Amino acid sequence: MSKFRKKGKKSQPAINTASLPDIVFMLLFFFMVTTKMRETSLKVINVTPRATEIEKLEKKSLVSYIYIGKPIKALQGAFGTAPRIQLNDAFKTKEDIFQFVEMERNKRVEVERNLVTWSLKVDQKTKMGIVTEVKQELRKANALKINYSTKKTDKIVN
Amino acid sequence: MARREISEINAGSMADIAFLLLIFFLVTTTMDTDGGLIRRLPPPIDKDVPPPLPINQRNIFEILINQNDQLLVEGEYIQVTELRAKAKEFIKSNPNYPSVADESNASYPNMPEFRIEEVPVLGNVLVSKQIISLQNDMGTSYEMYIKVQNELVAAYNEVRNEFAMNKFGKSYTELVQQSESSESISEKMEAVKKIFPQRISEAEPKKIGGPE
Repeated sequence: MSKFRKKGKKSQPAINTASLPDIVFMLLFFFMVTTKMRETSLKVINVTPRATEIEKLEKKSLVSYIYIGKPIKALQGAFGTAPRIQLNDAFKTKEDIFQFVEMERNKRVEVERNLVTWSLKVDQKTKMGIVTEVKQELRKANALKINYSTKKTDKIVN
Repeated sequence: MARREISEINAGSMADIAFLLLIFFLVTTTMDTDGGLIRRLPPPIDKDVPPPLPINQRNIFEILINQNDQLLVEGEYIQVTELRAKAKEFIKSNPNYPSVADESNASYPNMPEFRIEEVPVLGNVLVSKQIISLQNDMGTSYEMYIKVQNELVAAYNEVRNEFAMNKFGKSYTELVQQSESSESISEKMEAVKKIFPQRISEAEPKKIGGPE
């Protein structure tokens, strides 16, 4: 009568893990392709402000970054707390911007040189004085397409 | 010589190696997509070119931000939260727009004038001569500056959205998203953009006091 009677103890078969490496490899390749390593290490405190109306920058290869902010804690002993400009990997002054623009342009192929966007990553606590100076330098160097880097948010709190 | 069978390589540890690499990439990856407010700076001043004619005061929406992050808009002290509505009003220039026939906008003497411009799809329409002028102090905080910029962009976007909704039954944002799929949508987008062009001028920085 009892058709489904337990047939005594039977050990469970082990789960086949032969396909596990394949799955892991798949994930690995996904991350390898999507990853973008940070080329510069930040030397300034950089918390960009929030905004609601942001546009995405289309081509990453056509963006050059200018960081502005206070030096990070570890460097404050040597450099003080006044806001500084960081280009690539070092602190620079505004006079170096012209040269930086030229260098960044020369890295790109000829046709793309005028399409470069200059993304200003400015810490939200910075005063406008230094930002205005940088903007004036960019104007002098004819680097006119700029982007105020901001984080996306849904609502601005006053 | 006896042929020895080549033993199979043990692939059991492959998963471990792959895991290790996976974790490495998981940790180092940054999925940040950079975005922000895109602006165009005015070209450098050429000394040979004569300065442009002064613009009629009514066409300028003047915003001043002082070092204490306070706003003065058109001579009035306001909060950032009120800025968007004021800017929208100004960009539209006339609450009845687009059913306005008068080029000089006589019924609203403090709002900008219009000029006739040819626009794709819609033909000749009245386009406001609005310009928003933004001036900040050296001591203004960047956070405040971005807030104001953001409100201005939002004002333009809202005006464009409303206008596009009325004219084409689609908001401007939708037009932008679909502009690549169809020529006619792209033309409509251009039309809206031309009627309400984003004109935010940042005044030449002024040095107050101190050596030149």
